[in-house]
Amino acid sequence: MPLELSEVSDPIAADQEYLWTLNFGPQHPATHTTLRLVLTLDGEKVVGAVPHIGYLHSGFEKLGEHLDFNQYVTIVDRMNYISPIANELSWHHTVEKLLGIEITPRCKYVRTIFGELMRLHDHLLNVGAVALDLGAFTAFLYAFQQREKIYDISEYASGQRFHSSYTRVGGVLFDVNNDWVEKVRKFVREFKPVHAELHRLLTRNRIFIDRTKGIGVLTPEDANNMSVTGPLARASGIVRDLRKDEPYLAYKDFDFKIVCARGGDCYSRYVVRMQEMLESIKIIEQAIENIPAGPINIDAVTDITLPAKPAVYRSIEGLIQHFEVLMPNRGFPVPLDEVYGATESPNGELGFYIVGDGTVRSYRARTRPPSYIHFAIFPHLIRGHSLSDVVAVLGSLNIIAAELDR
Amino acid sequence: MAVGMPENVFLTRLDAAANWARSNSLWPMPFATACCGIELMATASSRHDIARFGAEVMRFSPRQCDLLIVAGRVVMKMLPVLQRIWQQMPEPKWCISMGACACTGGVFDTYAVVQGVDRFIPVDMYVPGCPPRPEQLIAAVIDMQEKIKRTGTLTGKEFETRTTHMGPQPFDVDELRRMREMVPVEGLTIYDPPKLN
Amino acid sequence: MVEANTTVADLRTQFGNELTESSFRDNHRVHVPPEKALDVLTWLKEQRGFDMLVDITAVDYLEYPDATDRFHVIYLLLNMTTKERLIVKVPVNLPDAALPSVVPLWKGADWMEREVYDMFGIDFIGHPDLRRILMPEEFTTFPLRKDYPLKGFGERHNFPVLTRAES
Repeated sequence: MPLELSEVSDPIAADQEYLWTLNFGPQHPATHTTLRLVLTLDGEKVVGAVPHIGYLHSGFEKLGEHLDFNQYVTIVDRMNYISPIANELSWHHTVEKLLGIEITPRCKYVRTIFGELMRLHDHLLNVGAVALDLGAFTAFLYAFQQREKIYDISEYASGQRFHSSYTRVGGVLFDVNNDWVEKVRKFVREFKPVHAELHRLLTRNRIFIDRTKGIGVLTPEDANNMSVTGPLARASGIVRDLRKDEPYLAYKDFDFKIVCARGGDCYSRYVVRMQEMLESIKIIEQAIENIPAGPINIDAVTDITLPAKPAVYRSIEGLIQHFEVLMPNRGFPVPLDEVYGATESPNGELGFYIVGDGTVRSYRARTRPPSYIHFAIFPHLIRGHSLSDVVAVLGSLNIIAAELDR
Repeated sequence: MAVGMPENVFLTRLDAAANWARSNSLWPMPFATACCGIELMATASSRHDIARFGAEVMRFSPRQCDLLIVAGRVVMKMLPVLQRIWQQMPEPKWCISMGACACTGGVFDTYAVVQGVDRFIPVDMYVPGCPPRPEQLIAAVIDMQEKIKRTGTLTGKEFETRTTHMGPQPFDVDELRRMREMVPVEGLTIYDPPKLN
Repeated sequence: MVEANTTVADLRTQFGNELTESSFRDNHRVHVPPEKALDVLTWLKEQRGFDMLVDITAVDYLEYPDATDRFHVIYLLLNMTTKERLIVKVPVNLPDAALPSVVPLWKGADWMEREVYDMFGIDFIGHPDLRRILMPEEFTTFPLRKDYPLKGFGERHNFPVLTRAES
């Protein structure tokens, strides 16, 4: 049974000599990557937790000031390596907002499909990893089998299975073809039975429920006050989804629901993620059958996207255009202004704050990383629970270290 | 034959027997920090299944492992941890540096990222790629096995005689400033990392 | 977005006309002098229902064309009921770059302010635990300032080397 917060009297008082300190991480299997917690324990009860982060701080934001809008997409890829294309979408969504570009309908649909595939990608790993941490290895293998199929899909479209770097300012790298569409259709067909199997493995599993229900409860008021977004907030009963609230890409064309739960505990987060996968599949099903025809990149005359290869090889205008875009310090005009744009990434609101200074590099590329904000609530969630619940809560928060530390 | 040999007995050198045993049951210590860690997970899970090569027993305690896989970029704050883990692993031990970031710093040529772990710990095998495909990691494990079979000895003599891999030496700070034509910053004291032991 | 405009208009009647307003695409920004920052943010939270602080960040305008202030601290606010967004920009200058902390208003501001402190060296007065968060404690400079080079001053090379013979 979880303890009430009020039972924990005066958390880390110095005179309580029976308290002991446990260092958890930075290299520990359940931290997945590089998190470090210093836990204060009373017996097996956690009375205080101090997260130490920065073990993967690689200077993403500084790098963003030195790479241009298209180059930086390779870096945002590596920011959330569980759902790379979701980050690219968010980055280029904001860049296009800064430049005032409206992308083509076909591009919107393709990006939407990728956004939802990435949501599946992320939630599959998260559900699998939570189960793995709580001792259920099978679910992890089932989930990874599906992730491999999503890897195949993004490899087919972009050439790289992991970090696709697929989007470009005003479009995408390559257009998709019918084989790709067929691959996605096949994936959607085959995904549902596996999802049902995951359900059967975990949702009513006695052990799994005992380990997650009532653990790490986050109330809606706290969620708002602590800036929590995404599946975590929705599991606490906050109806907020940027796909509905501020529709971007092609989301307003599709019929889907915002999945919410009331519990706010680890189990609710798991349930929300499982249900969101079904909603994502629903969106992909609708989008894949209705991809509009037409060009995928915006008109090359605008000096923003590369012209098509035949134009480069066969006409001098195309060639000039090609070099205009690629040459350093030429590129496209960028307004001298700043903009915040956000999308609903699988983890929550992923935003970028870009300051343009007239060149093709951003003057400042700030990321609003959901993992960073979610990890800050960890001490609040774990207080009063037992040591074994640390992994359950950590898993349910879905902390991506690279996004956490950037 | 003057001396008869009973059936099911064969003769070999002790070195070869030790190498055979060591190479076919490598216990990796996954030092997974970033993206490559996910590919490492993919290598261990359903489709690629590193168990086929006897290296599936991932132990997160360095005391139990003999193959360190550095998967992902290592940054300033993490490097002392990595060195500590390398020191904690018992001999004989080997190290695979997986991915461009661990090998050279990769795309992260920034203030915080160590430009290749081989500058600070010995590395036996480099796996290029960002991140390397699972097949590539499996190939590296097989190459590692070959290497152990070829060079290993029962008493670990090869670790004494092998030329120490130093890697590029750390830059002198003044030299670095000269190279980049930077003006020394007023009142800057260079970061002094915590010493090992 | 009519609402944002009324918010800013109300702000100006409340706090005087030195609050300037600007907007770009769908972003509405209000520029607040540092001494009024806490009052304005408190008013926005309590009177206008901006109950979520989406992000705090800062920008170093050292090399920006026509910039007058060194830093701007940027508060991204969101009203969860009306889904209205507002950006509050507060200029800060060296040598004593400091602002009042907003942790009493939004608990989520805790780590955000620590990050701004870590990366830009802007103090937040009244913050419960203002330490470095991403960089090591021993680090002495602030990496996201524009006068700090991308590749650093060689800190990343400054570690002991372990060799085969030693370990």
